[in-house]
Amino acid sequence: MTNSFLMRNPSTLWFLLGLSLFTIVVTALSDAGVGVMSTSFVKTLGKTLCLCLIAVAMDVVWGYCGILSLGHFAFFGIGGYAVGMWLMYARTEGIVLDSFASQTIPPTPQEVTDAIGNQIFGVVGSSEFPMIWAFSDSLILQLLLVVLVPGVLALLFGWLAFRSRVTGVYLSILTQAMTLALALYLFQNDSGLRGNNGLSGLQNIPGFEDTPQSTISLAFFYASALAVGLGYVLFAWITSGKMGSVIKAIRDNESRVRFLGYHVESYKLFVFTITAVVAAIAGALYYPQAGIINPAEIAPIASIYLAVWVAIGGRGRLYGAVIGAAFVSLLSSWFTGGGAPAIPLGFYTIQWTDWWLVLLGLSFVAVTLYAPKGIGGLFDYLVRKPS
Amino acid sequence: MSTLLEVDGVSVSFDGFRAINNLSIQIGEPELRAVIGPNGAGKTTFMDIITGKTKPDEGRITWGDRNISLLGMSESEIAMEGIGRKFQKPTVFEDQTVRENLAMALRNPRGPFAVLFYKKTREGAARIEEIADEIGLSDSLTRKSGELSHGQKQWLEIGMLLAQDPRLLLVDEPAAGMTTAERELTTDLLKRAAETRAVVVVEHDMEFVRRLDCKVTVLHEGSVLAEGSLDHVTADQTVIDVYLGRS
Repeated sequence: MTNSFLMRNPSTLWFLLGLSLFTIVVTALSDAGVGVMSTSFVKTLGKTLCLCLIAVAMDVVWGYCGILSLGHFAFFGIGGYAVGMWLMYARTEGIVLDSFASQTIPPTPQEVTDAIGNQIFGVVGSSEFPMIWAFSDSLILQLLLVVLVPGVLALLFGWLAFRSRVTGVYLSILTQAMTLALALYLFQNDSGLRGNNGLSGLQNIPGFEDTPQSTISLAFFYASALAVGLGYVLFAWITSGKMGSVIKAIRDNESRVRFLGYHVESYKLFVFTITAVVAAIAGALYYPQAGIINPAEIAPIASIYLAVWVAIGGRGRLYGAVIGAAFVSLLSSWFTGGGAPAIPLGFYTIQWTDWWLVLLGLSFVAVTLYAPKGIGGLFDYLVRKPS
Repeated sequence: MSTLLEVDGVSVSFDGFRAINNLSIQIGEPELRAVIGPNGAGKTTFMDIITGKTKPDEGRITWGDRNISLLGMSESEIAMEGIGRKFQKPTVFEDQTVRENLAMALRNPRGPFAVLFYKKTREGAARIEEIADEIGLSDSLTRKSGELSHGQKQWLEIGMLLAQDPRLLLVDEPAAGMTTAERELTTDLLKRAAETRAVVVVEHDMEFVRRLDCKVTVLHEGSVLAEGSLDHVTADQTVIDVYLGRS
């Protein structure tokens, strides 16, 4: 079945081929190969792959199903927090045990727990473990939470919103309110997740203290590439065939689909939830590479950027989302990171750190007006479908 | 002929305006029925009520052999009960091919997971061919439905109704914007469909209704004004006054 599915979707095969080549090239250029690519750049590329994955999810929910969610970064963030809790707990536990090792009297378990709590929550003036950290000592459970928490949240939120037939811009506002509420909650010191400090030191993987970051960064890069590949195939499968037909039909004329006998709300809920889960997995891979997560990451603006990436890359084609996310986010870090040379105009000097957002905004408007198919639309000129 | 749908004393108001006023209609199976009436007579609202888009303020709608009530059922549940609807403006999914449009309408399980794991069957493909043949679109199966002419879109939508295999077809102004030749084909299509099921056609065009040659219900201000053969209702003085007299 998978064989024939891939055969019927050559763009998926091309994508997987491109992704494999990209992985090989990066390996060859990194420290594992000739060593001309810095570890931090490998991390940037790995993070970019995670952004591509959430962009593909966004394309399915927006480009294919017509739900302009401005809240998918909330799920991305929750995924990051869930895995970050284990990373932080396990690493702090290691440090605390090391420091106790020099004592002649072995510490009681309570002393160890208190010391870990002090280390983690001292920054927000507390040493108590909040309830939500109950499973933080178990990697397996925290990985389950990566999938479960966003899944349940998306299911509940979607059920309430879709059941009331909230659509269009109202739904967008609602999703934005959700992500804003979550960000504001996390900003509080007593949220149990260290307030605006967020979780940090996530790049140190417990158990691999002696492994150099160059190796860890490559491992995460591979994991991210694998996740993008699998996610891409999953979504290509969902959006092809009859399921794809129905969700595109819902995007184009929801009420007509109802009169065909389809329960539109179930379909939206399915798409919303599965994309939320994939977004969370992308986040869980992203933040160990970023090293830090804080509530600002899930501010509404992040989810709006996500929509901009997908729009610039081209909606309704999965590779468009990948191109958009990779192109815009890499360009963004080049411009804001001081990579782009300032342009002196004599009377004024254009500093790209200030003007990049203006440029991005203008290109978003230009793409929407003049190239609604986005960058991905260029492929239509290359590949003429036999009719 | 047994009663398939019974609308009994249904009323609905929008902001104080009574769009449907104590309306009672019975549709048999099989039957071809034309519903006519001036603008604002409540023809479209009548369809909205039956298909679950609009909830009536009062009245009963009973359906089928077991006399179940359609009130309180969602649009998709009503559609699965076997009521198909064609809109006035042709609404096909223009971004998708004729085959995809028909495949979506085929009578198959409608749950998300059933659809996700759906596999094309030989019977399904044969049924699509058969319907495409009936609506004259056999050669256009791989075309995007957005490329079809207005008349072909109307047929495709009727074809999607047939693919649903409903017991009752509600058809809103099928002949609007069609050429004479296209109208004839549409009439034949509807008459053939009505041999085995109930078909209710809402229409403005008297010539088209005459060609359908069936029982006619005249709506006026949300209730039934007259019912019977076309000759019978057009001879009715009240019908002439409120409707025909104006044209």
